[in-house]
Amino acid sequence: MRKGLFYGLLFTSPAILGFLLFTLGPMIASLVLSLSDYNVFKEGTAFIGFDNYVRLFSGEDDLFYQSLGATFYFVALRVPAVILISFAVALLLNMNVKGRALFRTIIYLPSIVPAVASAMIWMWLLNPDLGLINTVLEWLHLPTSNWLYAESSVIPSVVLTTLWGIGGTVIIFLAGLSGIPKQYYEAIDVDGGGWYSKLRHITIPMVTPTLFFNTIMTIIGSFQVFNEAYILTDGGPNNKSLFYVFYLWRTGFRDTEMGYASALAWVLFVIILFFTFIVFKSSKSWVYYEGGGRS
Amino acid sequence: MKTSRLTLAAGYAALILVSVMFITPFIWLIRSSLMNLSQIFTMPPEWIPNPVQWGNFKKALTILPFDTYFMNTFIIVIGVLVGTIVTSTVAAFGFSRIQWKGRDIVFAILMSSMMLPAAVTLIPSFLGWQMLGFYDTYYPLIAPAYFGGGIFNIFLLRQFYLTIPRDFDEAAVVDGAGYFGIYFKIILPLSRSAVIVVALFTFLGTWNDFMGPLIYLKSDHLFTLALGLQMFQGTYTAQWDLLMAASAAIVLPCVIVFLVGQRYFLEGITLTGLKG
Repeated sequence: MRKGLFYGLLFTSPAILGFLLFTLGPMIASLVLSLSDYNVFKEGTAFIGFDNYVRLFSGEDDLFYQSLGATFYFVALRVPAVILISFAVALLLNMNVKGRALFRTIIYLPSIVPAVASAMIWMWLLNPDLGLINTVLEWLHLPTSNWLYAESSVIPSVVLTTLWGIGGTVIIFLAGLSGIPKQYYEAIDVDGGGWYSKLRHITIPMVTPTLFFNTIMTIIGSFQVFNEAYILTDGGPNNKSLFYVFYLWRTGFRDTEMGYASALAWVLFVIILFFTFIVFKSSKSWVYYEGGGRS
Repeated sequence: MKTSRLTLAAGYAALILVSVMFITPFIWLIRSSLMNLSQIFTMPPEWIPNPVQWGNFKKALTILPFDTYFMNTFIIVIGVLVGTIVTSTVAAFGFSRIQWKGRDIVFAILMSSMMLPAAVTLIPSFLGWQMLGFYDTYYPLIAPAYFGGGIFNIFLLRQFYLTIPRDFDEAAVVDGAGYFGIYFKIILPLSRSAVIVVALFTFLGTWNDFMGPLIYLKSDHLFTLALGLQMFQGTYTAQWDLLMAASAAIVLPCVIVFLVGQRYFLEGITLTGLKG
């Protein structure tokens, strides 16, 4: 058809304009801000070159390293937990059992609960004195914990609360699993292999593209954890759950140091890019695409 | 496919155990929302409230003006929904049904923005809206939806449009239809389920959004439910009965929307995961 370019641009113009206005423009502005000492409550703004970045990495800002550490710990704990548990639950849901649809609904449902409400529920479940979880642990004569209120357990506790919402990841795994042709399994049956050889030689290789997608999305999401720190822990106790984006928000909006906070944002961007890149690079050696071609 | 009886039984047991773990927080939420504090604090804990404290809901929802928060959230959700559905379907059409030079490059650039952490654009966007005089209004929360409605939604719709045979377009062209004709007469009617998916995700995303309202809204009377609930928690820290009642009231609409549109949700997630 003629005039393809005109109509193509016409139809996509809101999206392109949106990208320029709400992504590219702010991105450039953020980069410029990160080179300034812009502060809402300070007269005049000066360009200070890379001073913000120097301040970040010079060790002058303890909280930067604290938040970086807390976030890496969170990511290192959460990503494997989300991936392993989602995959295991998806395997269970992929079985040919009665009531599959009901189980699937139950497992997906928590992921639609608003973060604030989910935080309230978990704050109550994890309450050290009266919460359900410690009550059950006591009843089982197992050691209880102060969960969100102890320095050593706060991050694992936050990870635990986010595991309630893995439904979306499970469903994506399930879609990957249901796309595996049945004949492959039948071949193993013929060879006399059990469930383990099926898992090892068919299910896992065939599901690697889905695993790849879920891993990337979980990494990107986990680095940006914010709501939990804001609502559940306020970064505490003793800054132990001062997650990166929460620290960034505090610096930019509470302390109004928006230049410095912009530098924080760019460091996060580079970190996320780096990890995404690593997973992409490594995927060549472990992601299996049917037909051998890369998708 | 053969699965031994034993494996199946073990799998079943595991599935039931996992489901119990996932559903218990809901039961605990509902049960606590219908008890008074002395019932809540009874040890060992009771699961069935006796007597049922329906009054909690009334109390919790009137301490703070939750009716206002509900209306506010509703206004934002509707505003965002309209913008998202109109502009994301149009954009997905332009990226899948029209051939034009540079299309795939432009789409790839837009897609790359999904990797950009929201934190990077947060501060300049805030300053921009403030400069325009729109701080403490709904514009920053609603207006962006009218500019593409989010690349994720465009991606999802485009995936769906690509499955619609091209012959349909060509037949419409023979009948004298232009691009608008194809969009309105072929693509929109055939992609109803994908549009519902986008609408459902957008509803939940907006309903649940916490950071946006937190940053852009200052006045109490403009607050959304999520902000209201958070404020409520700050004020009534140990009032678990009322906190749980308020939480349950905010979760309920999401659960209803999910149960009604369940089929579409599962389809939609599957659609995005397949060709990641």
